[in-house]
Amino acid sequence: MLEAFANGFSGLLAGFMHLQISNVVMIIVGCVLLYLGIKKDFEPLLLVPIGFGCILVNIPLANLMEPHGFLRTIYDAGIMTELFPLLIFVGIGAMTDFSPVLENPVTFLLGAAGQCGIFLTLGLALALGFTELDAVAIGVIGACDGPTAIYVTAKYAPHLLGAVSVAAYSYMSLVPVIQPPIMRALTTEKERMVVMRATRKSVSKTTRILFPLVITILGGLIAPMGLPLLGTIMLGNLMRECGAVERLTKASANEIANVVTLLLGISIGATMDGKIFLQKQTLIVLALGFVAICLDTACGVLLGKVLYITSKGKINPLIGAAGISAFPMSARVVMKEGQKYNKKNYLLMHAMGANAAGQIGSVIAAAVMLSVLKGMGII
Amino acid sequence: MKIELTSPIPGKIMKVIVSVGEVVNEDDEVMKIESMKMENPIYAPAAGTITAIGVKENDEVEVDDLLLVIEEGG
Repeated sequence: MLEAFANGFSGLLAGFMHLQISNVVMIIVGCVLLYLGIKKDFEPLLLVPIGFGCILVNIPLANLMEPHGFLRTIYDAGIMTELFPLLIFVGIGAMTDFSPVLENPVTFLLGAAGQCGIFLTLGLALALGFTELDAVAIGVIGACDGPTAIYVTAKYAPHLLGAVSVAAYSYMSLVPVIQPPIMRALTTEKERMVVMRATRKSVSKTTRILFPLVITILGGLIAPMGLPLLGTIMLGNLMRECGAVERLTKASANEIANVVTLLLGISIGATMDGKIFLQKQTLIVLALGFVAICLDTACGVLLGKVLYITSKGKINPLIGAAGISAFPMSARVVMKEGQKYNKKNYLLMHAMGANAAGQIGSVIAAAVMLSVLKGMGII
Repeated sequence: MKIELTSPIPGKIMKVIVSVGEVVNEDDEVMKIESMKMENPIYAPAAGTITAIGVKENDEVEVDDLLLVIEEGG
């Protein structure tokens, strides 16, 4: 009788007995992510489910990521199939107004420059000895675009998924901290003071409907490997701009995006098992991701300076920093920086143009990269 | 001299901070406009007395819509 009690009691202690130091560390990491999300307002919609998923997967004996565990089921259904990031993209397309780009097409260039970090970091990762596929996944953190990073990593380097997505989402929320010093270092006070008035030009409905169609067909033909990314974001945008399917647009931008964000977050968190996550490699990935975003910002601002010169001082180089696709954070950063030097300067709409261009730019950059790798026979 | 302050950005008037008859300094915050889910402070273009306000809270504004008029030096 007594023995039965003792055995039963030991069943309750088994979890503690199997708790490894790596699990304890990761449970703390999960709590830190929760803290950043809840108290510091760093991308809470993502960090809360990611942090909690991280805690769940590090509790021993529950086997949530083993076959038939519920986290494994969600992960296999949505991440391994790449469905979740793509569904999020439909929502992003439905939420994004690309008209600031169409009003000021020069911002397309800034959106392209903001992606340079991807390729520079890719080179850096190769130099550090990462395999080609791992280097691709690390470079894509520089897209500063969570779903793109997850899509590419899940497909080609799933063992880095936890590190890459944590890097992508936490740096994205740190954009207001990371960008301003780089922007200041690379511009002169005179350049930062340049006033750019918003224009009242409006883009016709036909243009706004044709835009997603043309981008999808042209982009798809140039970089077919990226068509899932480009096609979903542009489908969402077409639904938004045509105005004929308001219910679908709203569902994509709200209900579907919310449900998928929850499932995506928790399954990303579930990849953060201590045994896999606590490696030197993870730290290097985090460091390289940081470098990628700094390089993106620098390239954007430098192209902004070129435009400042070619436009004879009419373009404020600060808007180049919004060429990364952290939407709309970096446009807000630009607006705030600009107003710091000239209270009557409202760069918001121009920065939004560069920012929306960066959104497309990151998708196109990823698509081009995948198609080039395919051409080289690497994937 | 009358100075017209027009909206530098499209958006929604979140808050009108000043009222007609109030004396303001240059660069005082006079309104907040919400644009792209961001709160944007709008500053007085010159020192003077507010003689007219063209918008109220929750109004949608376009670029160049009249926000308020300041009688300079007043």
